[in-house]
Amino acid sequence: MVARQGKLQATAQSGSRFAPGEAVRVAERPALGHCRTPWYLRGKTGVVASVQGIFRNPERLAYHQPGLPKRVLYKVRFEQAAIWDDYRGHAGDHLEADIYEHWLEPGKAR
Amino acid sequence: MPSPKRKTIPRRDAGGRATHDVGGLEFGPIDRQEHDLALWEKRTDAMLILLVGPKKGAFTIDAHRRVIEDYGQQTYDRITYYEKWIRAIRNLIVEQGIVSREEIDQRLAEVRERFAKTGRQASKERISW
Repeated sequence: MVARQGKLQATAQSGSRFAPGEAVRVAERPALGHCRTPWYLRGKTGVVASVQGIFRNPERLAYHQPGLPKRVLYKVRFEQAAIWDDYRGHAGDHLEADIYEHWLEPGKAR
Repeated sequence: MPSPKRKTIPRRDAGGRATHDVGGLEFGPIDRQEHDLALWEKRTDAMLILLVGPKKGAFTIDAHRRVIEDYGQQTYDRITYYEKWIRAIRNLIVEQGIVSREEIDQRLAEVRERFAKTGRQASKERISW
């Protein structure tokens, strides 16, 4: 899913707003049109697992625009129990999702 | 070329999420049976890769996703994976001015006529724009 279109850049790390290990919250807002941030993660808090690189913005590319400015993409790790109200799996279960920086806010560490 | 319209078609009774954004909703058991792809499905796959590739660059994979996401719930839930793909490819090559809708309709009519002459079965399905 992380796309062939973007290259991992050495600058991504230094230009990124969040660092691995940091708590982040996915913005709880609707999107108009194409958007890669899944609905079930909006408003949920996770931890940055890694910085994936910097890529053209798919929300603009989808409308034949150049997709600039490029956006930093993170792999964010969420506890399953933090996502689903009725989660009955193992306590340590988690999932990881690729989320662009403009969808992330600082999260409260739990 | 006018920029395509930015819109979100919400899924019914699903709290405002878009049609395609179904993660976490109840959809029953997953069909885990493996199945072979039809020739047209393989061709559709190849076509998309060529169209979005650097050489052709007809449109982006993101635009392809966008067109599929804009189908509306009834169509989105009814048609198959590669049916979604081929319809979006058709709409995008028209949107990008590569071929016209008339050219596609004319070509389809020719193919149907040829099939009728040779007794080959053609699908009666009309894929709406």
